[in-house]
Amino acid sequence: MQKVEPFLLSGNLAIAYAIKQLNVDVVSAYPITPQTTIIEKISEYVARGELKANFMLVESEHSAISACLSAAASGARVFTSSSSQGLLLMHEILFITSALRLPVVMAIANRAVSAPINIWNDHGDIMPQRDTGWIQFFVESAQEAYDKVIQAYRIAEDHQVRLPVMVNMDGIVLSHTYEPVYPLRDSEVASFSPWNLSLKRLDPDNSLTIGGFCYPDYYFETRYQSSKALEDSIPIISKVDKEFGKLSGRSYGLISPFKCNDADTILVSMGSISTTIRATVKKLREKGEKVGMVSLRLFRPFPLNELIKSIKNAKAIGIIDKALSPGAVAGPLFTDVTSALYLSKMSIPTVNFFAGLGGRDVKIEDIESMFTNLKKIPKAGKIKKHSYYVGLRG
Amino acid sequence: MPFKNLKEIIARQDFFSPGHGLCAGCGAAQIARIVMKIAGKDSIIINATGCLEVSTTTYPWTAWKVPYIHVAFENAAAVASGIRAAYDALIMKKKLGKDVNVVVLAGDGGTADIGLQALSGAFERGDRIAYICYDNEAYMNTGIQRSGATPYDAWTTTSPAGQKTLKKDLMGIAIAHRVKYAATSTISYLLDAANKVEKALSISGPSFIHWLQPCTIGWRYDPKLTVKLSRLAVKTGLWPLYEHYDGFNKLTVQIPRRVPVFEYLKLQGRFRHIMDNQEELAKIQSYADELAAKFGLGPVAE
Amino acid sequence: MGRLPKWNEMQEGFITKTLSESINKTGTWRTFKPIIDYSRCTKCGWCVIYCPEPCISFESSGDGKVVIDYDFCKGCGICAEECPIKCIDMVMEE
Repeated sequence: MQKVEPFLLSGNLAIAYAIKQLNVDVVSAYPITPQTTIIEKISEYVARGELKANFMLVESEHSAISACLSAAASGARVFTSSSSQGLLLMHEILFITSALRLPVVMAIANRAVSAPINIWNDHGDIMPQRDTGWIQFFVESAQEAYDKVIQAYRIAEDHQVRLPVMVNMDGIVLSHTYEPVYPLRDSEVASFSPWNLSLKRLDPDNSLTIGGFCYPDYYFETRYQSSKALEDSIPIISKVDKEFGKLSGRSYGLISPFKCNDADTILVSMGSISTTIRATVKKLREKGEKVGMVSLRLFRPFPLNELIKSIKNAKAIGIIDKALSPGAVAGPLFTDVTSALYLSKMSIPTVNFFAGLGGRDVKIEDIESMFTNLKKIPKAGKIKKHSYYVGLRG
Repeated sequence: MPFKNLKEIIARQDFFSPGHGLCAGCGAAQIARIVMKIAGKDSIIINATGCLEVSTTTYPWTAWKVPYIHVAFENAAAVASGIRAAYDALIMKKKLGKDVNVVVLAGDGGTADIGLQALSGAFERGDRIAYICYDNEAYMNTGIQRSGATPYDAWTTTSPAGQKTLKKDLMGIAIAHRVKYAATSTISYLLDAANKVEKALSISGPSFIHWLQPCTIGWRYDPKLTVKLSRLAVKTGLWPLYEHYDGFNKLTVQIPRRVPVFEYLKLQGRFRHIMDNQEELAKIQSYADELAAKFGLGPVAE
Repeated sequence: MGRLPKWNEMQEGFITKTLSESINKTGTWRTFKPIIDYSRCTKCGWCVIYCPEPCISFESSGDGKVVIDYDFCKGCGICAEECPIKCIDMVMEE
């Protein structure tokens, strides 16, 4: 592989650059902090003729996703992006997009949801979308955002998958921070994720009715189909990631475990906080602490087998949630991980750490305190408390 | 090419199949069939949730012989815009050869109320779509609840004492968005309606047709009277047939001698509660008289 | 197929292709049946165009007379009401 000079790009600009190289046909998006600069940049590319696409200036996120859905059904390659309230406004259409098996790709700059209104990062906008049937990635860097968007189209348009894909990146933290991003060549992107017209559904020469009405006799089977397709997409997601690794030298895997093999305590997390945790693990390991971490790159479909393999030797596991799930047993990621452990017949003590909500900074000291907390958990017997609100005043 | 007689319209191929689940005597079925005859094979139909959608796409069969998509209730205009954007992009990039008609069929609910935002967006963007609103003057599919298009004094399940507000002026809303072509139609003036659909499909921008559709279940009448009621609505002056093109309004069907509104209202069970109420009847008559004055219709025949 | 389809026998993406005219015979709905008096019918075409199904057409062969497809006719009576000659009777079915 020839050495390529990196660009200095924010997560948003990296994604916009990928969209340009992917030669999308229709972009239909509505501004919302902190993803707005993605669509501003794409607007520029279109205005300068560098991207030949129809940029639809919609009047709300609900219309944005609706237009993307129908444009994808017409055979176009589409893109949209949103955050927080905008993503919540799209909510009803997200279910429809996945049930109709349309390859829409959406970038999300994760941001806290109202009330109160807050423009900084947490996972409160994406957690309510867990059940929408979309493939959901979490990236840790602008480079990974760029790479994942390119992979997303290849995965979404795969004939066995044909499901919409969300690429989540932490708002402000990743969307607005500049870092070196190594781009692929235009020709490499074009050949890695080629578009094909066979995904077209609305075609006068082959008339179909999409999205009709059905009685109880058929609903279950239809929803089961798309749900199963989501589960069955794991091997294809893996394969695409490996192929991308061969092309670019960067492969992320479904999860990224770090120093888990002999770790006594492990922290599981998603998104940019994982970078902080990895740095903390390195620091604590130098002191001889047997700690480890797992960054989940893929959230839906949940990489159950891979995760269990990496955490099975731990004596205590902490799961970091950047969103509350009020009234539930605990946070959303915690629920998935503990179910996975229970089904694998592993009774490793688990603790839920809520941190970073509303954009509050999570520092290395905070992570160290989480590991300290985990170390104290007795090997047998009950855990005192299973939810900790790190940094909560009061 | 404007249609000059009925036989020309009948001769057009049907792309709407019998065996659908719409009520006996349903005006929406008539509309769908006529629109499909005019729009033809190279059309994509976008349908908002409503009577037409639910009754024509009951899995595992469909009444549509052209590509059809239903997504949700309030986004028909946005869905149509997306299809137009896709086709335009793909044709521009030479990935596709053939152009299509993009036609929306949405009820008064999905247009005037919950769908108004998307409608406004599509009109303002200037997307080349033909938006046909089949107006049965209530949310019929969910069981006759009032909509913004329900006429004054009409009974609905959510306005059992009669609607207290006037019908939304969708044509006015379309014209305010500077739509190139907008028109009112109804089934009883068939040539007028067919020609308006054809005109709407030829516009290189958004076009809007507001199609009054009597509903046997919601308006409470014997199904055989659908066309008769559609005719009476026009003849009373309550539904003036006009079009807006190139910035000007033009009446397309003159009514030299109007029928008193009572003749129209008395056939509908939804107005039964005002049959003896002279004050309310007078209000509706004066509303018709205002419309007649605005559009230059004739006086009420004695 | 007589039984309901399994999940993997249905086209995914909730796509419908079968036309209603091939499997949903709505003629069973009606109470009254339209009968045309051909001796008076002028083949004006109003019943053909106003039928909501649509299930009235001009026969393609022979003398092009008006035929009603009773497999689909729901008995709404619009044809009888709109006929200018009043040559269609709505007759109660047995």
